[in-house]
Amino acid sequence: MNLWQPPRIRRNALAIWHRNVLVWRRLLGPAIVLNFGEPTLYLLGLGYGLGFFIGEMDDMPYLSFLASGIVASSAMTTASFEGMYSVFTRMVTQRTYEAIMATPTDIDDILAGEMIWCATKSVISATAILIVALFLGVVQGWQAILVIPVVFLIGLCFAGPAMIMSAFATNYDFFNYYFVLVVTPMFLLSGVFYPIDTLPAIMQGFVQFLPLTHAVALTRPLVTGIPLTQALLHLGVLLAYATVSYYLAVVLVRKRLLV
Amino acid sequence: MTGDISYAAGRMIKNKSPNIATTPETESHLAAPIITAHELRKHYGDYIAVDGIDFTIPRGKCFGFLGPNGAGKTTTLRMILGITPLSSGRLSVFDLAVSEHGRDIRAHTGTVPQADNLDPDFTIVENLRMYARYFGLPLNAQLEQRIDTLLEFAALSERRNARTDTLSGGMQRRLTIARALINDPDLIILDEPTTGLDPQARHVIWSRLNELREQGKTLLLTTHYMEEAERLCDELMIMDHGRILDQGSPAELIRRHVEPEVIELRGCDMATIDTIRSNIHDCRVEHLGNSLYCYTHDSAPQLEYLRNEHGLTFMHRPSGLEDVFLKLTGRELRD
Repeated sequence: MNLWQPPRIRRNALAIWHRNVLVWRRLLGPAIVLNFGEPTLYLLGLGYGLGFFIGEMDDMPYLSFLASGIVASSAMTTASFEGMYSVFTRMVTQRTYEAIMATPTDIDDILAGEMIWCATKSVISATAILIVALFLGVVQGWQAILVIPVVFLIGLCFAGPAMIMSAFATNYDFFNYYFVLVVTPMFLLSGVFYPIDTLPAIMQGFVQFLPLTHAVALTRPLVTGIPLTQALLHLGVLLAYATVSYYLAVVLVRKRLLV
Repeated sequence: MTGDISYAAGRMIKNKSPNIATTPETESHLAAPIITAHELRKHYGDYIAVDGIDFTIPRGKCFGFLGPNGAGKTTTLRMILGITPLSSGRLSVFDLAVSEHGRDIRAHTGTVPQADNLDPDFTIVENLRMYARYFGLPLNAQLEQRIDTLLEFAALSERRNARTDTLSGGMQRRLTIARALINDPDLIILDEPTTGLDPQARHVIWSRLNELREQGKTLLLTTHYMEEAERLCDELMIMDHGRILDQGSPAELIRRHVEPEVIELRGCDMATIDTIRSNIHDCRVEHLGNSLYCYTHDSAPQLEYLRNEHGLTFMHRPSGLEDVFLKLTGRELRD
């Protein structure tokens, strides 16, 4: 079999998603505490606390600015965690994939299912934030509901690179590189905490290549009701990252497991 | 106690080949091999795991790959499942080429891996239910009925809601075998099914595997336990260093390679060994550790000599597969 052969996804991918839903449901309590607790603390602490000194940013209350950015960044961190720690656990530590690969469900399906699951978790966490934001009066209008499909796409876009990391990893510590070198810089540079047009010109060009920049550019208008521009470009970038990273993850996991 | 476990799922899977054991028109299929390998080769860099082997595996029998560690048994099984790409050669299962039809082949195959890889996040019954999903089987009453039958077959009905990490090694293995049967496979592949189990647990596994064979399933297993190979396998292939050394029924292999009787002497020092070697005739003598083996067609003269030598402990027995195995694969230690 050619490792670079284009993946074919079948319905079996949903079995992987289903598996993860069942496991997640068992740990519902702690998951809910995490999903609601963390954004509440962030939004209250930073949004009100820091917002008291900042006042307005980009013509909106700092709380709104922050909340509409954190929706996107939490989708990123959620999908990244799931695509690394959980995928690695199932692929290597628990050898769940080995058992699954003896069935008609193969690597193409497994990774597609994992990716859909990562995106599902992103949606769960972003929805929690949106609910908290709604209570804090940040959400402006019904268009905010469109954040949910957008967040699903953001989840897919970050799940792929995370699974690529899992395909390379020999242990959990390996993921520190990705968090320190990729996730955290993106978190700080992509317009979650301050507008990107305050960055030096050269950096402004650079952050256009980061998917989180485009994710925030979609979630901020949708949540706060400001005009949404260049939506197709932003969606296209996220979709491109999702597709290319899925393909590369499939090739690398094939290389690792089909030996 | 088990009934016919192929019954429930026989209707569950559409377009499934008819049950081989019970349908008369498939009689001719019995002759057609279920697996055919030609010049099958697998290498990792310079290391050759499987070295251009040819074999056919008949339907409806228990076929064994016997060989020391590193013989290429597991690699061959993985190639049959389509999860290890071939370096070269041809390999077909159910008349389908593994390189293109891995998914179709696995749909009709059950696999028991060397190390149990049950899903630790689920209970026994959830493990079976989830595994059925990976085969694309619908979660319905028929599946539940099948799961009940399989749990009974594996003697795990009482523990159906237990988590897998609370099970003993024998129970985990039985569950893995039940899991391999969830799709009512035509071919069941078992990689060292009883390694690491205690004698009681092994006997239970053996009786279950025999039941499956009687139902007409094709079993393909690897082992390095001679007793297991002798008890279960209709036909064996002895492998070493990626090559096939010989193939045949256990009785044929014994007849072909070793003299019918063996006298085994244990706990001998070098001096005793030398004395015995010079006094014993008309037999092939092998020496392993502080044991001496005399292979012969007529043991009477040697036995007479040994009985008159005081202080020797010896055992006279018919030759077995272990003698064949050691003769073909040598006696040096494998790691």
